[in-house]
Amino acid sequence: MVELIAQNPLAAALLALVCLSLVFGAVLGFAAVRFRVEGDPIVDRIDALLPQTQCGQCGYPGCRPYAEAISGGDLINKCPPGGQATVKALAELLDVPEPELDGEADNVKSVAFIREAECIGCTKCIQACPVDAILGAAKQMHTVIASECTGCDLCVEPCPVDCIEMRPVPETLSSWGWEIPAPIGDRLGGLRSRDIIATDRDQPGSRAA
Amino acid sequence: MQETLIILISTVLVNNFVLVQFLGLCPFMGVSNKLETAIGMSSATTFVLTLASVSTYLVNVFVLMPLGLEYLQTIAFILVIAVVVQFTKMFIEKSSPLLYRLLGVFLPLITTNCAVLGVALLNVTREHNFLQAALYGFGAALGFSLALVLFSAMRERLAVADVPVVFKGPAIAMITAGLMSLAFMGFAGLV
Repeated sequence: MVELIAQNPLAAALLALVCLSLVFGAVLGFAAVRFRVEGDPIVDRIDALLPQTQCGQCGYPGCRPYAEAISGGDLINKCPPGGQATVKALAELLDVPEPELDGEADNVKSVAFIREAECIGCTKCIQACPVDAILGAAKQMHTVIASECTGCDLCVEPCPVDCIEMRPVPETLSSWGWEIPAPIGDRLGGLRSRDIIATDRDQPGSRAA
Repeated sequence: MQETLIILISTVLVNNFVLVQFLGLCPFMGVSNKLETAIGMSSATTFVLTLASVSTYLVNVFVLMPLGLEYLQTIAFILVIAVVVQFTKMFIEKSSPLLYRLLGVFLPLITTNCAVLGVALLNVTREHNFLQAALYGFGAALGFSLALVLFSAMRERLAVADVPVVFKGPAIAMITAGLMSLAFMGFAGLV
């Protein structure tokens, strides 16, 4: 073996590279086992930002599938229950430009309300509700558990007698809070606040390129 | 101690790998749009460069030189660098998924960052010992980070600056890089 290497530089070169590759392969193999990543952690973080209404208005069967789709490259502006705030949070997380929300935003929090005198007890709204917030049985009047309702609108469409309406949640002393001030960008005409670096924020004239 | 200081100053300022020796320009232009990404890239490159500098030194001294295979340096060093980068990628993917996503394609691109191979080959040419090699790699990475972070901070400012329309985007970035390079050449003769 030693003579082979001493006499044959080509064999020595081959042997050296093969041995190096073997050692490095072993190191990488060890690392692949040691640092294995279960699932895709970014999906969990996207899922945490979504409102968990499971309403399906994005075109996916729930929030988790939509989170997986976003991680796979889908648009981030398909969540009306979350509104522009969710789009903004997703854009910050994924470091992409913030698109406009696709569809109407539910800025006013509302809950479904069943006009019980008109309800015929068809149970169609119960089947549509993703969070089981509607109580009732066949041929019996139904009603909405207001504290469970996420305001996703999904029960309005299937009702054959149109007795479900969305009512805004009235503001009470316990639910009222200070209005969150608009991001500085809105006051500068569509320029988002993180487009400006800190020292330029007090110069209203500066605009994004 | 004095020698340590001289190596650090010479790699960070006088012979800055990006702005004076023009190595590793791809990430310098590519990842400098946002300060946070630039800092992430800098720390990843610092880690890779120091580790690669040390491991290429070990491979060179304990494998290639005893066998008289110095002519295999380039290919062997590329092998080492690729492994170190792949290891770093796995480590970052596990420890910081967000940084992993931010760095994206630039993480594997550290493999082809010529500053990394440049440091390994210069270590051989200058006949550094183990400690000097490690220090040289670390200093080069510090210089790279300094240039990248300074440049990305300037580009964040340029994004909102009133740049003439023909100079918008990459053009003004190139001009800025050129001016930075001129400024860094002013350090010549410091050591």
